[in-house]
Amino acid sequence: MTVALRTRAASRVGPTAAVVLVGLVPLAFLAVFFGWPVAAIVARGVVADGTLDLSGFTEVLARERTWEVVGRTLAQASAGTALAVLLGMPGAYVLYRCRFPGRGAVRAFVTVPFVLPTVVVGVAFRGLLVEGGWWGFLGLDGTFTAVVAALVFFNYCVVVRTVGALWSRLDPRAEQAARALGASPLRAFWSVTLPSLAPAIASAASIVFLFCATAFGTVLVLGGPGYGTVETEIYQQTVTFLDLRTAAVLSVLQLLVVTGCLLAAAVSRRRRESALRLQSESTVDHRLRRGDLPAMAVTVAVVLGLLVAPLVSLVAGSLRTADGWGWGNYTALSTTGSHDALEATVWEAALNSVRIAVDATLIAVTIGVLICIVCSRRPRRPAARRTLSAFDALFMLPLGVSAVTVGFGFLLTLNRPPLDLRSSVVLIPIAQAVVAIPLVIRTLLPVLRAIDERQREVAGVLGAGPARVFAAVDLPVLGRSLGLAVGFAFAVSLGEFGATSFLSQPDRPTLPVVIVRLIGRPGVDNLGMALAASVVLAATTVVVIGLAERFRIQTAGADL
Amino acid sequence: MHRHIDNRRTRVTAIAGVTALAMSACSTLGDDSQSSPEEVSSTVVLLTHDSFAVSDDVLADFEERTGLTVKRRAPGDSGALVNQMVLTKDAPLGDAVYGIDNTFASRALDADILAPYESPEIGQDADRFAVDDTDRLSAIDYSDVCINADTEWFAEQDLAVPRTLTDLADPAYEDLLVVTNPATSSPGLAFLVATVDAFGDGGWSDYWGQLRDNGVKVVDGWSDAYFVDFSGSEGEGPRPLVLSYASSPPSEVRQGEASTQALLDTCFRQVEYAGVVAGGQNPEGAEQLIDFLLSQEFQEDVPGQMYVYPVSPQAQLPPQWERFAPLAEDPYEMSTQEIDANREAWIQEWTEVVVG
Repeated sequence: MTVALRTRAASRVGPTAAVVLVGLVPLAFLAVFFGWPVAAIVARGVVADGTLDLSGFTEVLARERTWEVVGRTLAQASAGTALAVLLGMPGAYVLYRCRFPGRGAVRAFVTVPFVLPTVVVGVAFRGLLVEGGWWGFLGLDGTFTAVVAALVFFNYCVVVRTVGALWSRLDPRAEQAARALGASPLRAFWSVTLPSLAPAIASAASIVFLFCATAFGTVLVLGGPGYGTVETEIYQQTVTFLDLRTAAVLSVLQLLVVTGCLLAAAVSRRRRESALRLQSESTVDHRLRRGDLPAMAVTVAVVLGLLVAPLVSLVAGSLRTADGWGWGNYTALSTTGSHDALEATVWEAALNSVRIAVDATLIAVTIGVLICIVCSRRPRRPAARRTLSAFDALFMLPLGVSAVTVGFGFLLTLNRPPLDLRSSVVLIPIAQAVVAIPLVIRTLLPVLRAIDERQREVAGVLGAGPARVFAAVDLPVLGRSLGLAVGFAFAVSLGEFGATSFLSQPDRPTLPVVIVRLIGRPGVDNLGMALAASVVLAATTVVVIGLAERFRIQTAGADL
Repeated sequence: MHRHIDNRRTRVTAIAGVTALAMSACSTLGDDSQSSPEEVSSTVVLLTHDSFAVSDDVLADFEERTGLTVKRRAPGDSGALVNQMVLTKDAPLGDAVYGIDNTFASRALDADILAPYESPEIGQDADRFAVDDTDRLSAIDYSDVCINADTEWFAEQDLAVPRTLTDLADPAYEDLLVVTNPATSSPGLAFLVATVDAFGDGGWSDYWGQLRDNGVKVVDGWSDAYFVDFSGSEGEGPRPLVLSYASSPPSEVRQGEASTQALLDTCFRQVEYAGVVAGGQNPEGAEQLIDFLLSQEFQEDVPGQMYVYPVSPQAQLPPQWERFAPLAEDPYEMSTQEIDANREAWIQEWTEVVVG
């Protein structure tokens, strides 16, 4: 692919060459920190004594169980995605299109589930569903419904934020015109607004699908052993059995499923993407009015029922101590716990988490913006367009590949200077950034693609070089959505557990690592402290996202 | 109006500026100092499972005495630890390893990732835990994985606390037990091995069939079972019988009274080993570390830190343990070779029987 881009660059210097150069940086990053490790671990599974041995494929693919697991993975992921999108749309409207006091706080709040370690969510969520819990009467514990509900719990904010980012900037006049011409609100939404939002919806759905398809802890904790997916199977084969042959086959299978899903999403996105008239947020949103009631009702129900309830049980648990209700678990956060359960206090871990997240965010946003610059081009030649969408899909892959595969791959490849995971702390933010980049892209790209290509052409004709065109046309639009992407990347980094636990040094843990450690020990004080630390993690997320949402880059063209 | 917008813009720009400033001050990049050659020889890297814990002062004593700096890496549970070592055999991640248990020891021995070392600190009765005669793994501590019962619950219901594995399949105890999945949790695997030892090749899967018919609940991990489903801990869940450890009850003692107890006829003995990593950069340091893990000071630190029993009979146990955490007299046991040879087949059969 790189070669193809290069050849074309040679024949048509100028803007194309610039785009190719910009694209090479993220490509190299992905190759080193994702492609190489994954290839290495898969190779270990299919190469025996120096020769390629593909017999594992026929063997594993002939097992009935393999297809059962694939089917279940797809069913869970589809149901989770469909529900997250259905429930998330009204949420995106209410939180990004309507104006009401406390809106910023609610926007930040819905992101909280996204960063909590699954083991904590498991305890909070299952605490409600278990017999005798608040929702115990529903009999949902250990069911398909519980798994899907938890998937929605985690991914609701992905839909709200990704769709919201575009919706908040969509010019309302087209819909107003349709209404003035006599269309019902529903019809105006269906035929005017929805098609404009389609790229963002497809973006959100593809991310949520990937998250659902590779969900690991959620599925095991909420569903129990009967709900194994391709992801849990890969984990089991790698970590419990060290059967790299079977794991390699399953990893390839996972990669194929994910690629198929990404291609389908790309096709449906491309078909609908068109230049939109974007406005600045403050001119688009409106006060809540009567017509917003249905959307408001759905959002309130989802936020209260699905998001608030588990979090309230979390907060309540953090206030329970061995001697009744109190702040004891919070004062314990400045200690290393009973019997020195921890090697650093929770506050030290929190500071460490934030510092790592800053690095991860810088990396993810820088690389993400470079990718968006390339992907927002609209070349005329079909081959070039296809290359671009393949380039785009490539950076989504890290969401769809098992953390275990990547982690074990790191062991095989990044084990000598300058990239030695034994001594380098730089690898933690890098590993987190690999997961955050897709979210940055999916937040920024719909907005950038909505720019009319003619604006860029006009700027070019007027004599602006590629950099100048970018600064005058793209940057203003990008700057306004950058805060959202920054917040998202930060949240991913704060909550990342899989790769981090693999790479982190015990004396410099992150907050999720500390929480999981505490909750792995018996006793009231350890559980209470783990829950208090989770509340700190949630609060940090709310504050950071709240700040990031206010973050805008000011440029001369900002009032376009 | 215009003025308002301008103000807002100034404020927003200020926020962006402050954020950028804060970001550059926060970064961890640049902390990553390269160590000089002398530092390498005075540094020893200990690989552990993620439950490893030691008191700060105990470790500091060792570092002061030897002049070594101990760095640690904890990549996951015992299984993940061994597998990572197998994969990184050519470029080992550390010098010494602690936390390989008897369910995974055989894999570590077969893969040739450990160097022989017989510590002078090993007591005379250490033989009882030895896995083979190659001195590659030294036993450090052990524990019993047992069903725990919420004794308060049984007293309130006026029901006798069950005693044996067979009792657990008795309809009187229907829907009362929660265990963990052997495919994802190490106590789960230990308990599965206990049932294989108890009922033999022909009988264990029938036994699990009876447990299934009696409403056993299987959850993913220990935290979930203990804190959500178990009635005897903080979660106050619905089930009074949970798979945990013989050393868990002291943590549930309130006002000097135990509210839970381990069923000592249901236990599997888990032994944890340490060893010198073959091809490590600091083998002398690794040997000193093994001596340290077997020293009186570390051995006495082990119960409070990791809820396990020290192998050294001279080590003092915490006073509460004598009373609330007795060990099984005759636990279920199995050779590490036999476990390793059958692990996958057992888990698959278990899954078919219990999960369906």
